[in-house]
Amino acid sequence: MSARTLSDFIRALRASDVRVSTGEAIDAAGAMKLVGYEDRTRLKDTLGLVLAKSPEEKITHDHLFDLFFRRERFRQEMHPSDDEPEIEEDGDDTDPDIRKLMEHGNEAAISMALEKAGEEAEVTDIRFSTQVPFYVQKMMKAMGGDRLQEKLVGHLQAHTQADEAEASALMTARRDMMARAREHVEQQFEVFGSGATEQFREDILARKSLDQLTRRDLERMQALVEKVAKRLATKYSRRRRRRNSGRLDVRRTLRANAGFDGVPFNVSWKQKQRDRPKIIALCDVSGSVSQYVRFLLMLLYAFREMIPDIRSFAFSGRLEDVDETFESLGFESGMDKIIKTIGMSSTDYGQALSDLRVGYWDAIDRRSTIIMLGDGRSNYGDPRLDLFKDAAARAKRVIWLCPEPQALWGTGDSAIPRYRPHCTVLTEVASLKDLERAVDGVLAAYV
Amino acid sequence: MSDIETDQNTGFEPLSSIEDITKGLGSVGYISTRSISTAVYLAHHLRKPVLIEGPAGVGKTDLAASTAKFLNLPLVRMQCYEGLDEGKALYEWKYGKQLLYTQLLKEKLGEVMGDAGTLEASYTKLGGFEDLFFSEDFLEPRPLLTAMRQDQGSVLLIDEVDKSDEAFEAFLLEVLSDYQVTVPEIGTITAKVPPLVILTSNNVRELGDALKRRCLHLFIDFPEAERERRIVSARVPGVDDDLLRQLVDFVQGLRGEDIRKQPSIAETVDWARTLLLMHVDALDETVVKDTLNVLLKHETDLESVSPNLGKLIRDAVDGPRLAG
Repeated sequence: MSARTLSDFIRALRASDVRVSTGEAIDAAGAMKLVGYEDRTRLKDTLGLVLAKSPEEKITHDHLFDLFFRRERFRQEMHPSDDEPEIEEDGDDTDPDIRKLMEHGNEAAISMALEKAGEEAEVTDIRFSTQVPFYVQKMMKAMGGDRLQEKLVGHLQAHTQADEAEASALMTARRDMMARAREHVEQQFEVFGSGATEQFREDILARKSLDQLTRRDLERMQALVEKVAKRLATKYSRRRRRRNSGRLDVRRTLRANAGFDGVPFNVSWKQKQRDRPKIIALCDVSGSVSQYVRFLLMLLYAFREMIPDIRSFAFSGRLEDVDETFESLGFESGMDKIIKTIGMSSTDYGQALSDLRVGYWDAIDRRSTIIMLGDGRSNYGDPRLDLFKDAAARAKRVIWLCPEPQALWGTGDSAIPRYRPHCTVLTEVASLKDLERAVDGVLAAYV
Repeated sequence: MSDIETDQNTGFEPLSSIEDITKGLGSVGYISTRSISTAVYLAHHLRKPVLIEGPAGVGKTDLAASTAKFLNLPLVRMQCYEGLDEGKALYEWKYGKQLLYTQLLKEKLGEVMGDAGTLEASYTKLGGFEDLFFSEDFLEPRPLLTAMRQDQGSVLLIDEVDKSDEAFEAFLLEVLSDYQVTVPEIGTITAKVPPLVILTSNNVRELGDALKRRCLHLFIDFPEAERERRIVSARVPGVDDDLLRQLVDFVQGLRGEDIRKQPSIAETVDWARTLLLMHVDALDETVVKDTLNVLLKHETDLESVSPNLGKLIRDAVDGPRLAG
């Protein structure tokens, strides 16, 4: 197998989110040399061991391996001399004649020609499914499509019966070849492009405004949210040990060394006490914002294992503890029920805050971050700024995530500017990217 | 890459082909798979550590032990835990012995120093003896150093590497890439024969990319029915073929249930042993109910499985299931 085949395969892996370093690529080449190419399954095992570094990557690898090293191609690559297809060539041109190829029906010769044309047309650069026709054309050209076209036109203009027959034969050959070329390009797209397309789609989705998601988007969103949660979790789960650093703790050092007459043999350092994250989410679930709440809570729930201390409350009129609803119903149906039961009354931030004051005030302490999600539109009711201020004073931080664009803050019944002085951070969230940034900020405060 | 010629005088000779490895592991009672044998083969020939991940109780640690047994090489095992550091993993000075020797030699000191007139001369002279106390005699080798000093090579098992700290992981990188360590007082010690290194992880935390990149990555999952049968019959000889098929099929079905802790291979083996002791020759509901606590260790799992028990047993008894 040529070095190029391996590097193409590695490129395909990278396109599908498997990270392969240069070192690993070199290892793979070494390992391949060692085990040989004769045994396909053995090669698959070997490359899987060297290139894929997690169970998920193994699945991707095995799938791609099967696509990439199709059996026929594998046989050809391994024993190129065995059944080297003999391409009969026309006297006047050197390129394989499409018609002869198709009529001859020599499978090996056809796939050989396809491979060659594919290489010439650089099909491996394909990224999006919309590029398929373009590459099909490019391949046809590489296989001498232009000449065929000329001949075809010539025959069609001659108007004799023999020419008619010839022309229709040519057209059939061209159509068949085109179908084969399309098949080839689609296969290459599967290997090299689909990963990239997926990434591209996800990227678009992550930036899309959350209330403009279509039903199809929603399905993909679920997976995407999990991905984001995993990324953040890995980022913050890497604990750092900083035992022998920082400032000298004089008091503890003296006490520990009293036995040595105060000669400091064992030195103690001051350690920064790190708070465990504690999150209190207050979510406005009235019609206009409920979609955002869904994703914020989805994201927070994905962290449950990492942050055991998450309390979530939903309100529109009255505030209610919704942890139990999620616990018993699961996320999706829990969310639907909450929106149905709690989200129906008219929004009253003041009432929600006083419910919090009466029922759950103890939940807030100096370790907690309050995340408020809502547009701050309280139907001109009393915003109870006094309660909000007290809550902010009790908590470590208050983050307000507002789905409304900044330009609309303060218009109509929006009380956002009045709450603003008491928030540590007040930010606009429109897309999943914004949400990720906000949660990232919350977690960063605890590191 | 391969070092066939140096194989002659090390203990790694039997690792010359993948088939031999499968056979060899089989001879010490470890039923290998294609990818496991390939991993061992590559680990030796590419001189790379193998990082094994997978659920608890699928034979990760056992692979290292069996490889050592099959090669007839010492197994050096290092269990990782939070707070493990160089002193416990690599080497330590024998402080006590050093202190004792200084005390014993104190009297000799006068004699040795006797002819050195000035302070400077004594200092120079003393300097000449310094290395005495920091020589290999006073070095207490810990697992990593022990593994590297084996003349015939060794199998080094670094168990549950995910439990160690990140700092230690970084330190391991250095050791595993060159198979050499530096002891400041002595110098660099290079492994005579690089050990075969096997790391295991239960994914308590995500391992660093750098470590993963340096290792071959082997994922061992629960075995399929055929392999599990072979494992059980290797460990518990004397189980009737029919019962063997039934019990393995039952365990395989159980793993498909929604439970907290899936039964491991070790538990299947224990269960087979239990059934053998009880002279059971076919599964039925009473037998399974009485012995299920061998397989399932959580009260909640026992509860959640019990409604489906009848179906699972029927599936296992009524013959080969179509899809696992």
